[in-house]
Amino acid sequence: MPGAIHAEGLVKTFGDVRALDGVDLDVPEGTVLGLLGPNGAGKTTAVRVLTTLLKPDSGKAVVAGIDVLKHPNEVRRSIGLSGQFAAVDEYLTGRENLQMVGRLYQMTARAAKARAAELLERFNLAEAADRPAKTFSGGMRRRLDLAAALVVSPPVMFMDEPTTGLDPRNRQQLWEVIQELVAGGTTLLLTTQYLEEADHLAHDICVIDHGHVIARGTSDELKARTGGERVEVVVHERELLATATAALAGFSKGAPTVEEHTRRITVPVTGGAKLLAEIIRELDTRGIEIDDIGLRRPTLDDVFLSLTGHVAEAPANEAAEQQQAEEAAK
Amino acid sequence: MTAIAETAETAGGALAPRPGGGPVQAVRDSLVVAKRNLIRMLRIPEVVIFGLIQPIMFVVLFSYVFGGAIPVPGQHGNDPVVYRNYLMAGIFAQTVTFATAGAGAGIADDMHKGLIDRFRSLPMTRGAVLTGRTLADLVQTALTMLVLSVVALIVGWRIHDGFPKALAAFGLLLLLGYAFSWIGALIGLLVRTPEAATSGGLIWLFPLTFISNAFVPTSGMPAFLRTVADWNPFSATVQACRQLFGNPQGVTSHAWPMEHPVWASLLWSLLILLVFRTLAVRRYRSATA
Repeated sequence: MPGAIHAEGLVKTFGDVRALDGVDLDVPEGTVLGLLGPNGAGKTTAVRVLTTLLKPDSGKAVVAGIDVLKHPNEVRRSIGLSGQFAAVDEYLTGRENLQMVGRLYQMTARAAKARAAELLERFNLAEAADRPAKTFSGGMRRRLDLAAALVVSPPVMFMDEPTTGLDPRNRQQLWEVIQELVAGGTTLLLTTQYLEEADHLAHDICVIDHGHVIARGTSDELKARTGGERVEVVVHERELLATATAALAGFSKGAPTVEEHTRRITVPVTGGAKLLAEIIRELDTRGIEIDDIGLRRPTLDDVFLSLTGHVAEAPANEAAEQQQAEEAAK
Repeated sequence: MTAIAETAETAGGALAPRPGGGPVQAVRDSLVVAKRNLIRMLRIPEVVIFGLIQPIMFVVLFSYVFGGAIPVPGQHGNDPVVYRNYLMAGIFAQTVTFATAGAGAGIADDMHKGLIDRFRSLPMTRGAVLTGRTLADLVQTALTMLVLSVVALIVGWRIHDGFPKALAAFGLLLLLGYAFSWIGALIGLLVRTPEAATSGGLIWLFPLTFISNAFVPTSGMPAFLRTVADWNPFSATVQACRQLFGNPQGVTSHAWPMEHPVWASLLWSLLILLVFRTLAVRRYRSATA
């Protein structure tokens, strides 16, 4: 059975730029797919196609069981979109913004009003509800934007880089909201440039680059594919480095690396947490005093590097790049 | 997410008619968007106030600076009040067409800020975002007309042919302004920034409003320009207003629109409305921010 979001062979070109070059996606109901990729990878274009904003050159897409190309307006009833920009009217108050969106989702005036009040409360905006949105902080605007996307409790949500440009505290808050949403059964497709974010929120991850899906799987699967579990030990004194390295040799699956100045030894291992306990016992038996020890698994950064051959780029504005590509195409 | 999940049913139950919507939904959606734009105007009164200052300035400049030097052919003497009565229909018409820039800048700003994307992802009538905006501009234009009429009365302009005909003249003016705001909406969708929409919405208005009968009688123009001016949609409305207000018309040519200005004005405005509304709505469907 196809998932809540299903796409096959999506192609979209802007002039010479193949923004999407045969993308397949499948998001089972109630799960989160993280669409991960650098600037200009095609993430935003994929979201725009799936949310009926852009017609693909070829391919098909089904969202919430409805064909996106054949019945766009019915798809719109079942989705919520929170884009890269907080798309709220800054001269309207928070309440007016949500009521307007509710009315345009074809709710009655009374239902729109009730729903707006409820969402403002839920998103900690009740106090500021009757101030124009331009007086809101960046984090508040994002929350208002997200609330607007949730007015009809859509079964399928799309979020395009929801936390780009937010400070850590606001990002954390937004993550909590997203997690609650998913716990409530919403299917979510989320694009992000933050590997940590995909790791944190997504059940499945699709890595996309130059319009191609170059890898997919759970965060753990992707990391396992990159390989390279390792144990890092920081010894208490530099003199202990040699004996500790010898003690670790028995567990190591390869050559240990030793950093003199940080007193850190890194050894590649397989065996996970159980092995870690054994190593600690061994070091303890030999009386080697340590300051820190940990099992390090590859981060998504490592995954990304090994897949694309380049590191994930600093967050910037993919939409602006896409726009340039479109302009060049004219 | 109890708060959100619990209300899923109530929210779903409140969903009104099925997609497609029909005319009732189209009207309702347009009014929701118009309300939004009117609230914006109340919160940014500067825009409305600047929109008023310009035509008032034109009235004063033309009445007192140029007025004494521009005789109205066919009128006896060189009474400045005669020119002011001749001028006013031109100023009214020019003012309504300037609404074009407002609509364009507003739509471009919505594109720029991602609001058009939001609207396009909602199950609403396609043209409602543009219709709502142009309706709000129409309200602003009507308000401007009201204030401008008072200023005109102060400098000596008068209605000579009764109130009902004057109302008909204002109706034609508002229709012209409404039609032109759709040109603005299209410009707003085509350019990338509100600034570009403002200048793009104004530049062509100057030749359009000056190569016309608005400020000077066309009889003094070279033959070619005179033909352009006589067939200018803008001239038709000006001429119609002069007739309906009972203001001096100067010497008019025998071109069809000048002979039947009310019909010409009506037809021109409806044609512009039809063409540019169609183009703008089509562009909106494929608009990308």
